[in-house]
Amino acid sequence: MTQAAESISNYRLTHLKALEAEAIHIMREVAAQFERPALMFSGGKDSIVMVALALKAFRPAKFPFPLLHIDTGHNFPEALAFRDQLVDKIGERLIVHEVQDMIDKGMAAEDPGPFPSRNRAQIPTLINAIEEYRFDALFGGARRDEEKARAKERIFSFRDEFGQWDPKNQRPELWNLYNGRHRMGENIRVFPISNWTEMDVWQYIMLENIEIPDLYFSHKRDVVKRMGQWVPVGEAPFGPREGEEVINRTVRFRTVGDMSCTAATDSPAATLEDIVAEVAAARASERGARMDDKTNEAAMEDRKKEGYF
Amino acid sequence: MSADTETQPTRVPDPNANQGMEFSTDAYLDMDLLRFLTCGSVDDGKSTLIGRLLYDSKSIFEDQLEAAESASVSRGDERMNLALLTDGLRAEREQGITIDVAYRYFATPKRKFIIADCPGHVQYTRNMVTGASTANLALILIDARHGVIEQTRRHSFITSLLRIPHLVVCVNKMDLVDWDQETYEKIRDDFEEFAARFEINDITFIPMSALTGDNVVNRSSNMDWYQGPSLLHHLENVHIAGDRDMIDPRFPVQWVVRPQSDEYHDYRGYGGQVASGVFQVGDEVVALPSGMESKIKSIDIGGDSITRAYPPQSVSIQLEDDIDISRGDMICRPNNKPISGQDIDAMVVWMTDQPMVVGKKYTIRHTSNEARCIIKDLHYQIDIETLHRDESAEKLGLNEIGRVSIRTTKPLFYDPYRQCRITGSFIIVDEQTNNTVGAAMIIGETK
Repeated sequence: MTQAAESISNYRLTHLKALEAEAIHIMREVAAQFERPALMFSGGKDSIVMVALALKAFRPAKFPFPLLHIDTGHNFPEALAFRDQLVDKIGERLIVHEVQDMIDKGMAAEDPGPFPSRNRAQIPTLINAIEEYRFDALFGGARRDEEKARAKERIFSFRDEFGQWDPKNQRPELWNLYNGRHRMGENIRVFPISNWTEMDVWQYIMLENIEIPDLYFSHKRDVVKRMGQWVPVGEAPFGPREGEEVINRTVRFRTVGDMSCTAATDSPAATLEDIVAEVAAARASERGARMDDKTNEAAMEDRKKEGYF
Repeated sequence: MSADTETQPTRVPDPNANQGMEFSTDAYLDMDLLRFLTCGSVDDGKSTLIGRLLYDSKSIFEDQLEAAESASVSRGDERMNLALLTDGLRAEREQGITIDVAYRYFATPKRKFIIADCPGHVQYTRNMVTGASTANLALILIDARHGVIEQTRRHSFITSLLRIPHLVVCVNKMDLVDWDQETYEKIRDDFEEFAARFEINDITFIPMSALTGDNVVNRSSNMDWYQGPSLLHHLENVHIAGDRDMIDPRFPVQWVVRPQSDEYHDYRGYGGQVASGVFQVGDEVVALPSGMESKIKSIDIGGDSITRAYPPQSVSIQLEDDIDISRGDMICRPNNKPISGQDIDAMVVWMTDQPMVVGKKYTIRHTSNEARCIIKDLHYQIDIETLHRDESAEKLGLNEIGRVSIRTTKPLFYDPYRQCRITGSFIIVDEQTNNTVGAAMIIGETK
């Protein structure tokens, strides 16, 4: 047997490379089937991996779509700084659409109560961005292992003109064939890393040496104990509430959302290797650190039906 | 429950252990991927089996378990309802049914697994077909008390139709038949007898109890007469590298990578995913439909060059010559081309309430190509329980399967599905609703 033939017969694709190949295929399919896609970028690790995958799919050319950030105004300053630095480095276009603008215009409302989350207010802001820029496809970094309703969502997930998801009326998705046909005003959310787990994402970040914000690594931070979790505190409106004691602890974030709804975990993990070891040993799911999903059993399904990612 | 230390997997499940699986970074980076399908209903113990695989591999987290426990309590269930871990949608939980394919993930130090968890009833045939289309392996559950039933035959037929390369028959609930060898062997013989009619190359039988865990992760001490592996051991070791066709190079072009910059002025890369075969720098290739020939100049992923591309890698191919290639075209070898034609016979699974009718026009998606087609003929509808062919059928309703002839508006470059699942399959799209209404597996040219 020749050397080439021998290496072909022994060929084996690792699971990370198989997942990468699937994600690249999905991204190119969207670029080909839609007029105006955009990639939802939050500065979190999943969207950073999405950017890394888009580089693989389209370089040495530019992305055939812009990045879109729905800025709640509640972001960690570190995540925003990272976002701007990354966009600058790769030279791609970033559109920022602000929840505060929508609230000022009366098109979105703050949740009632003294410490509102802006999770719900993201929905009209996103839908407004879709209308303004006439986006017909939005890439998101959601994964099916995150939550039960997501486990049943398609990779191409259709939304009507109100941005709503109908879980009982989803198109069958077979082989690697994606049906992106849509009418004017309809749009889809596309999840190229649907089949990845939290562990896969971390391993891929390590394998590909992808830069991520320092928030994910162990650091000293002021936190308070709230609902049994370490909640970061910062400038108003994220200061400590009455009766809460500010403690400086060694923590990191497993997931980075809004400051108002992301809890930190005690962790000495200072390197990607440490994080991977920690994720492998973890006994709580990643979304357990997201207080927004705990409201009721079907919280995610309800928000998705309204147009949430 | 004790286990045979010789053959048991390296990891012993211990729900109380406050540590995860022993992943070394290097080992994790060397794992491969197995996609498998589970089909059955709650009655077969399917949810229990999946729950056990997820739980024993520590893929269910404490807060997910707590959520399922508290939901069980509020529903008034007597014990933890494992189905609540897998049934994702509100309607499913309220009605206690599984509507749709749910994807689950777990990993052992050897492999990452993607489970396509499909409902078992006949009205969900289309969901099972969807889950089966990407699976390397199917798990079929048989209740040891009931043996081979109609549902078993249906699931085996779909496994064969969709050409899932490996099948595992789980003879479950052995605890309820006193771990009886004869019962197991009778079921195995029954299954082998009717499965002889199907084209399934690799069938493995495992007697087990998902409830007690016997032969799921650890080998059972209750069934000393069984010498084979536990289910997890089999899933970790079944040989899947040979499932891919490395002989027939097929590269459907998805997207042309064309930088608008001075630095890459002459770069023109054809982006796509290798459907089958191997492509190598220097290979002589031909582009279809133009028939123009050239040589592979480079193979890139994200601007980095590699020398060879294997299925299912997504790459960009640059050619030596500037020939006109666009989305929907196919790159292959001059001496190894797919069939090119407009008159095609296929087995079609119908997926919507509105029946398929002869004479109607639809859009089809085949690899990266889109075309329109007309349904020329329905040769027969096949009864998926008896395999009886009804040649008088005039239409295909929801979940019905039949042999169909179509004529397309332009030539497709295809292979028989039995040779390549990617170039041998297409979906049928309704032009009014835009819905995916049919899944088709190509048999060959219409005679």
